[in-house]
Amino acid sequence: MWVKGDFTVETSQPIQLQTTATKAYGSPSTEFFAGFRDTFPLVVGAVPFGIIFGALAGTAGLSFWAALGMSLFVFAGASQFIGAGLIATGTAWPIIVITTFVVNLRHLLYGASMVPYYKKLSHCWKVVLSFGLTDETFAVAIGRYRKKDNSDHKHFYNLGSMVFMYANWNMCTLIGLTMGKTFPGISAMGLDFAMPATFIGMVIPYLTNSPMWASVMTAGSVALITNSLPHKLGLMIAAVAGVAAGITWEVIIGRKRNR
Amino acid sequence: MNEVYLIAGMAGVTFFIRYIMHPASGRMEFPKLLERALAYVPPAVLTAIILPAIIFPSGQTHMASLENPYVIGGICAFAVGWWTKNLLTTILAGMGIFLGWQWFLS
Repeated sequence: MWVKGDFTVETSQPIQLQTTATKAYGSPSTEFFAGFRDTFPLVVGAVPFGIIFGALAGTAGLSFWAALGMSLFVFAGASQFIGAGLIATGTAWPIIVITTFVVNLRHLLYGASMVPYYKKLSHCWKVVLSFGLTDETFAVAIGRYRKKDNSDHKHFYNLGSMVFMYANWNMCTLIGLTMGKTFPGISAMGLDFAMPATFIGMVIPYLTNSPMWASVMTAGSVALITNSLPHKLGLMIAAVAGVAAGITWEVIIGRKRNR
Repeated sequence: MNEVYLIAGMAGVTFFIRYIMHPASGRMEFPKLLERALAYVPPAVLTAIILPAIIFPSGQTHMASLENPYVIGGICAFAVGWWTKNLLTTILAGMGIFLGWQWFLS
């Protein structure tokens, strides 16, 4: 129902907003919805992966609540896939936690980049925003923080982005889980291969230079050689070897160029 | 019970990593080499998980042959991914080829 008063607000406000570009941001609620809006494409991109995660977490051997709990409390796409993949191969939980730590270490850099922008915020804000610092929200929010306008509510933009990502990720996990439960034959639908295919697809964008190739080839070969070691020890050895190979190769070609 | 430890552990370390720089700020400097090394972690870990899982599915010791649909699916998924640079296409094509090869062998 449109009351007359509402209608005038609706028509007059957008006109005001368009007069100055910076006015599109500002108040907590406009910041929040701007964050929402700018995260939309990334949210759409995350939809299939949330559903795939939900569907294969079930087939990997995670219970319904554990799979949903991962999305609710961990909220880190890549490590959730890795966690489910390791569960499927019967890995003990401490190894999975250590692997999660290693895989998510890159988020240290995100946290470090946010230090100047979170400095004035309360403890509660820091905790909430840090929890939601995914790759997507980091990418969107850092762009807003770096804009040279002195809005005092940029953290609401960050919050809007994170809330949207979080709600969507959990909703999609739930849809995937329900699909996996409703159609138990879904694992016969090639879902056994969804995880390997996902991981392969995630590695490819990294392969843009020779140090990355060196790193990935080394990690892969060492993982094959050490595959029979107990407690997935081979995984850690292979990961360390891969990182070492990449950084060594980078230093070597860097020196050659400098000569 | 193990699932509770798993979720709590994963949630704990992930939050720790995302949060720790705030209380630690000013007291911690990142060595440049470490910063660069972190970029190699995700692809190295992913490859280290996936290659053995494809070549030795369900713990077999010598399955790197054409009778292993995981190897065929993996090679094809990589080719499709390299060509299209699209994650979703890679997953769907990989699954399709995997299914097709499984059906072809049976």
